[in-house]
Amino acid sequence: MTVADIVKELGLKVFSGEENLDGKVTGGYVSDLLSDVMGNAAEGMVWITLQTHRNVTAVASLKDLAAIILVKGLVPDDDMAGQAAMEGIPVLGTGMQAFDVAGKLHNLLNRE
Amino acid sequence: MNDYRADLHIHSVLSPCGDLEMSPRNIISHAVEKKIDILGITDHNSTRHGPLMRRLGREKGIFVLTGAEVTTREEVHCLAFFETDRQLKLFQEFLDDALIPFRNDPRRFGHQVVVDENDNILDEVENLLVYAIDRDIDQVEEMVHSLGGLFIPAHINRGMNSLISQLGFVPEGIKADALEISRHTGKKEFLGDNPYLSDFTFLQNSDAHFPDDIGRVHSLFRMNEASFSEIKMALAGEGGRRVVSP
Repeated sequence: MTVADIVKELGLKVFSGEENLDGKVTGGYVSDLLSDVMGNAAEGMVWITLQTHRNVTAVASLKDLAAIILVKGLVPDDDMAGQAAMEGIPVLGTGMQAFDVAGKLHNLLNRE
Repeated sequence: MNDYRADLHIHSVLSPCGDLEMSPRNIISHAVEKKIDILGITDHNSTRHGPLMRRLGREKGIFVLTGAEVTTREEVHCLAFFETDRQLKLFQEFLDDALIPFRNDPRRFGHQVVVDENDNILDEVENLLVYAIDRDIDQVEEMVHSLGGLFIPAHINRGMNSLISQLGFVPEGIKADALEISRHTGKKEFLGDNPYLSDFTFLQNSDAHFPDDIGRVHSLFRMNEASFSEIKMALAGEGGRRVVSP
């Protein structure tokens, strides 16, 4: 499953990284602690968070994550948006809570 | 120039986690005992004990740096210091606007009382002060600096409520006047793990919540006198002023 498939299935907004929506998704990770993501998330995961700080995109790029999903209708800060665009990282958005979007993503990935 | 012993991170009885013995009067008398020259008053999201602490300190020959320990939206603890009562008041308004309304339960979190110089209770703050305010770290930094204050991320090595625990690493280009490390590490040890931070000025403070902890660790400032402007210069390493240790 690619990031584009997830965007379509879950009806996500695409804030940045349109050019990299063909990345393959290997799993998901839910955390708002960036140090936790740095330590534990794996390449190709989709990261679900409410943090909109510019370090979010830096951590995602460092860990080669497939995409970031911002929950609860949150939008990237200007700094985050700028860096995400520069690095080509897909930053996605949803009005759903982390619990709901994680559950749906889990189902999608398990269906494969 | 002289060397001044500074402990810039102290919680009074106004912080819910601060011991009831941490009245401004008691803090100053313990600081005198510990031979502290400069004391920072940093209650959670509140500056209200600042002016009284400054006055009591002056009577005992201690310079009090007045401010607060702010919890940003990312739940990063940052110290903010201001020189004048007017700046403190404006910053307090910023905090009051940004506090998330949640009533303190003193049995669970502790009391949040404002006292006078004789330890009489003047007021009890109802809103829980330890929660994150609804402003991000950059907004807090901008507000502090626009008022002419000092912005110092607190205990950045700690596993919770620190810049590194919440944001993974110190963001590039952050306008911090210094970085504080906790008493559980050393500057050399910390920089060994984080060499990218070697250009920053570091402070080490006690983060005291109990009288006995005041001055347990301190930072040493070399400067002409104990004043806000000299401290600012020492943090920036200007005109021969500097932070000698940690």
